[in-house]
Amino acid sequence: MNIDRKIADDLVANGVGLVTTVPCKQLAGVIAEIDARDEIHHIPSNKEDEGMGLCAGAFMGGTRSAIIMQNTAIGVTINTLATLIQFYRLPLPMIISYRGELREPIACQVEMAVHTKALLAQLHIPTYHFHRQGDVEELDAILKYTFMCNKPVAVLTDATFWGGYGDQ
Amino acid sequence: MIRSEVLKEIAPILRDQLVVCNIGIPSQELHAIDDQPTNFYMLGTMGLASSIGLGLALVQPKPVIVIDGDGSVLTNLGTLPTIANNVAHNYILLIVDNGSYGSTGDQPTYAGMKTSLAGMARAAGCERVIECEAADTGRVLRDALDAGEMTIIVCKCESGNARHPVITMDPVTIRDRFMAAVRT
Repeated sequence: MNIDRKIADDLVANGVGLVTTVPCKQLAGVIAEIDARDEIHHIPSNKEDEGMGLCAGAFMGGTRSAIIMQNTAIGVTINTLATLIQFYRLPLPMIISYRGELREPIACQVEMAVHTKALLAQLHIPTYHFHRQGDVEELDAILKYTFMCNKPVAVLTDATFWGGYGDQ
Repeated sequence: MIRSEVLKEIAPILRDQLVVCNIGIPSQELHAIDDQPTNFYMLGTMGLASSIGLGLALVQPKPVIVIDGDGSVLTNLGTLPTIANNVAHNYILLIVDNGSYGSTGDQPTYAGMKTSLAGMARAAGCERVIECEAADTGRVLRDALDAGEMTIIVCKCESGNARHPVITMDPVTIRDRFMAAVRT
């Protein structure tokens, strides 16, 4: 299974027409896949809170939106999640590269990894963790759930899910 | 002229357009001067008005006017390259540049010192950037709407705030009536 293609297919099938991204090594394939899709307007962001602003505007303009980013961005976007996305009740699928998990080569990534789930829990953000490739089968249901309940929803995707960083 | 006087003068132009208005006193002033369902008031999240407006402009054809401030643009400077590289000709960013953080006690911003936001917008790649005096804002805004080109307006005005009540409308109501106005 090509998980990059599957993620892009599910976004398109759920009517997501604008996706903003801030890159991560693990996300390179899915970002390229999204960039190649005619059905999706891909807007790279300089920072994740800016990206959430773009998503909010697009949704209010009648187009479903999503953000793809790294888990370090949770630290950047807590205020935006609380005072924009949650306060105005906007749906926002967040496909998140979960750095600092098993097979991580960079120690500093672990420092945000240990806070990621706690921060999401504190914000009462529904959170799903994709560890095995087959977990991607739930993405379609997660997207439907997000647009049903008008909440930000996190999908954490770790290195094992993406196939690791090669031999170490 | 201070910001509230600029807003009063351009209110008849804003009336028929989709407007995304900056957090704090700017939204309170616009709400008090001419509340419209076509106004989206930011109640929190400093800095993101320009990004919200761009997302809105990119997905639908109606003109979008963002009323932003110098302090708010400075806190989200990454927005300028994103605007420049994702051109939406229905997008107007009106930066009311009074050289101060108006909602927090008029502390000076760098835009009132050495930094030129018009220069930064041009350096980011924005092509139609107009800096004007406060009194000319209405004319410049009308020209931008007529031009049908993405425009960044930096309106230089004096620091100061009008006294208006806090917006107590529920955020979901603001969002819901705004979305209905976008659709009609």
